This record gives sequence, C-alpha cells and structure tokens, in this order.
Amino acid sequence: MNATGQIPDSSNSARPALDNDRIRGDFPILHQSINGCPLAYLDNAASSQRPRQVLDAIQHYYCHDHSNVHRGVHTLSHRATEAYEGAREKVRKFINARSVTEIVFTRGTTDAINLVADSLGRDFSADDEILISHMEHHSNIVPWQLLCEKTGAQLKVAPINRQGELLLDDCLALMSDKTRLVAIAHVSNALGTINPVERLIPAARDRNIPVLVDGAQAIPHQAIDVQALDCDFYAFSSHKMCGPTGIGVLYGKQQWLERMPPYQGGGDMILSVSFEQTLYNELPYRFEAGTPNIAGAIGLGAAIDYLDTIGMASIAAYEADLLTYATSAISELPGIRLIGTAAEKAGVISFNVDDIHPHDLGTVLDHQGVAIRTGHHCAMPVMEFFGIPGTARASLAFYNNRQDIDQLVEGLKLAIRMFQ
Amino acid sequence: MDDKHTLMDLYRRSVLQHSRTPHNFGRLDAADLKAEGHNPLCGDKLTVYLRLDGNDILDISFEGVGCAISLASASMMTEAVKGKALSTAQSEANDIIGNFARPDARWNGDRLGELAALGGVREYPSRIKCAVLPWKTLCAAISKTEQTVSTE
Repeated sequence: MNATGQIPDSSNSARPALDNDRIRGDFPILHQSINGCPLAYLDNAASSQRPRQVLDAIQHYYCHDHSNVHRGVHTLSHRATEAYEGAREKVRKFINARSVTEIVFTRGTTDAINLVADSLGRDFSADDEILISHMEHHSNIVPWQLLCEKTGAQLKVAPINRQGELLLDDCLALMSDKTRLVAIAHVSNALGTINPVERLIPAARDRNIPVLVDGAQAIPHQAIDVQALDCDFYAFSSHKMCGPTGIGVLYGKQQWLERMPPYQGGGDMILSVSFEQTLYNELPYRFEAGTPNIAGAIGLGAAIDYLDTIGMASIAAYEADLLTYATSAISELPGIRLIGTAAEKAGVISFNVDDIHPHDLGTVLDHQGVAIRTGHHCAMPVMEFFGIPGTARASLAFYNNRQDIDQLVEGLKLAIRMFQ
Repeated sequence: MDDKHTLMDLYRRSVLQHSRTPHNFGRLDAADLKAEGHNPLCGDKLTVYLRLDGNDILDISFEGVGCAISLASASMMTEAVKGKALSTAQSEANDIIGNFARPDARWNGDRLGELAALGGVREYPSRIKCAVLPWKTLCAAISKTEQTVSTE
C-alpha cells in the first residue's frame, strides 16, 4: 500500500530499516505527558512536528546571520541571502526541478494555489473551465470558485467512488477544449487516497491542459520528482514536512511562470520602478514581493536536509508498514467504519465508530494523550459525499511507532465502552 | 485542563443518558416558533421547535445531529424550559450561556437542577460551543430570528 504498489511485510522480522528510537530523540515535543499519558501525536496531516535540527537552524540564523536578503552589501545581508537562496536550491534538488527559477517561495500551499489562480487565471473567461476533483481540500476549491466568480469561468468536479478513489475515466471525460487547468490533490487529506496523477498528467498533456498538483499531503510521505511527473505546477507547505509554518513552495514550469503576470506588487519583485513604468524582476523573484520569510525558508532547507538523511524511500516504506498495522488494528474494533479505503493510500486513517460523534472521540482520546483531528478536515464536499458530518482522523509520520497506534486503539476501546 | 479533571466530569452519567436517548427529540408539527442552529466546525446542526399557549411554552422539541454534549444539552434544555413563560426561558438561557462562557465564575449549579451536570464542559474550551448551541438556538426561536445561528 505504498506509492509503488508494494505491500510491505508487516511481520516483525521484516520491518523496514528506520531507526525510530533515534528519530524520536530528535523531536523534543514528542517527549511530554498530555493529561498524564505519553503524547501520541497522530495529527500529522494537520501539521507535523519539527526536529531539533530545524529549530537549531532557525535559531542559528537569527543569532548569527539575520539581515534582509538581496539588498545590502554588508556581510550579514550576504549571509542571509546565501542561506535563503541555499534553501531554494535544496528545494529544487528535493523535488528534482530543472532550475531554481522554477521554485517560488510562498506562505504555504494555499498561497501557492491562490498565486496560480490569480496570475494564470487572470485571462480566463466565461468560455473557460477549471477541473478539480470531489476530494479536494477547501484550499483547492475556493480559490477556483473566486476565480470563476471574477471571470465567469465554470468549475467542473471529477467524481469519486465509495472507496474514495478518483474515477479517472470520468475525470478524463471532463477535459475538453474549454479546460484551462486541472487542479488535483496528489494525496487526499481527508481520505489518504493517492491520486493517479502519473496517469492523469499525460492525458492532460495530450490536450495541452496544464496540471496543478496540490502536494501538501504527498510531500512528507514519498519522494517527489516533478520532472518525472511532468506536472506544470506543484504546491506544498513546509509545516507538513517538519519545517516551519508560514512558508511553502510553488514549483512552476518555467514556460508557465515566465508568461504569468506578477501576483503581488512590492519590493524585491521589481528591476526598476518609476511612476511611468515598472520593470518586473526575473524568475522566481517576480513572484516574491516584499521581504520574504527568510528564517522559514532556512528552516525548510534544514527540514529537507533532515528528511534526506533518513531518505524518502525509507520513510515511505516505514509509514506504509505502520499504516497497514494501524488499519488492521483499528478495523478490528467493533462498530468501526473506515472512510477512505482506496487501494493506494498514504498515512491517513479516517473513520467513524458507530454513531459516536468524532468530537467526543477526540476528547476521550485527548484524555489518553492521543492527538487526532476530528471534523470535516476542510473537505466538506467529501463529508457530504459520504453522508457524514465529519470523521476522526489519525495521520502518521515516520516518527510515530506501533506504541502510538496501540495507545490510539486503547483510547478508542475506552470511548466505545463509555458511549455504548 | 489539569489532571484532576477526569472524563467523568465531562461525560457524567446523566449527560451520557440524555445523549443516548434524548428527550423531546423530533419534529414538532404545528410549531409556533422554530430556529436552526449550526456549528460549522463540528458539523452540528439542530432545529428547535416551540408550541405556545399565549406566552408560555406548551411544548418544545428538537431534532438534528450533534455530539454527546450538544445532544445532552439540548435534551436537558427541553425539559428545563417546557411549561415556562417565554421570558423566563429566555432569561434562563442567557444565564446558562453566560455560565458556560465564564470558566472562572462559580458554576451556579444549585438552582440548575439536572443542568448542573453540564458544568464539566467549562474545562474544555473547544467543547463549550457544543453545549451552548441549543440554548442559542432557543433564544433565536424566541426572538423569532429567521437566520441560522452559529456558535463559531
């Protein structure tokens, strides 16, 4: 059940090689008691935690190297610029982009998607269509609705099945001469479904339709190669991959970025300004108005270094094993209904227990030290599709282990005893 | 929340009983007043129906979906205000809402009867809105507010 379709052997003897004890030692936040119980942090799809290496990098930057970037001739400005641009190169390498000119720092995935909607969408008209799927996060729905309101373009929604899988043929059938963009989640935050983007993108390519992939939930779980995917845009957030909040990335193919108008105006995105005419800066700075989140980028770079030392392949294999273990343990409980049972899934288990409200589950679990997310997960159309107000969602990271899952299962047993 | 608060302070026996088998649950035909309440974050949705005899609440019911806390709060609310004057019900509702909203104030449980069991929710800031929703919806019905109320 991983990206390559291999089902890992979950027996103890063949557990993937990843030193979970050592890794857990890198995350200070994990070593605390919540309501008298050890913390089992299973809300990683909402936000991951940071290793000491990331915290140290941010502290070091502010203690030794901080100044504004791309501006001064003094030593600190030079150091800050080197560190900031160094982080951009780390991002480029991490997702295998051709050039750093294709790496735009944003506030996060939401900001990256809004950038594309605002800039690429500026010449959309009432004759145009934008295609998304039924399982999108609100951040990959609402920017397109705003664009449709502004331009008169139509939003088309590709359907899903009861397992929470994209109906690819229906999706392809919705692509037409009118389609200006396909925007789709790589991994669903509410269901864990891995969408078949490697099949969808070539089909869109045949029709000359650009594809934006919302990678927020995919980037922490598997190696991403934007050239192999051949996507036109790939958006993701630092805080879901052990980096700081408030920073994210828009990868955009140069051919698109260079013909897109600026998103926001301000300092750093210009070459020269006069009241008669302003010349915009080159890529990617044209899309980075104002003083950027320098420390955030440096923290993200440190997170990438950290993930690289473990290896995304090891992380994917370890998490696939843990997902199999967790899915099996949770499924054995009475009254469990899994929401999202796609054949291809990444680290998310969404479920309901009989008619116990997810928020009651969340409160009981919190008393056992277990942090999960409850509610609609910013994917209300998904909840409506399954006819439920929300779900309980446990989401995994490579620093989780089987004890976390066992603690979750014990907490669920207590909730079932209380509410039945 | 400190460790001495146990789950049983929140989910007291009477709270669980009311949530499992809510009283006065269902649509009230020929209702004189009704209002809808919605808590978008939780997905909780409920409708409160009132039948009047002059200015008195002859009958009250509610229907909808919600967590144990909001269902129990709604169920207890219907028992608490049935037969009372609208003005009394409204002032009691405001009193209860005020009590939930002030975690530091002493929970005036003595005169609340069964409703006192809901007091544990004050230790759970994220859950107070669940307990408050039915009461706000009742107030909306009494003031004949057409629009959906929300605790967000």
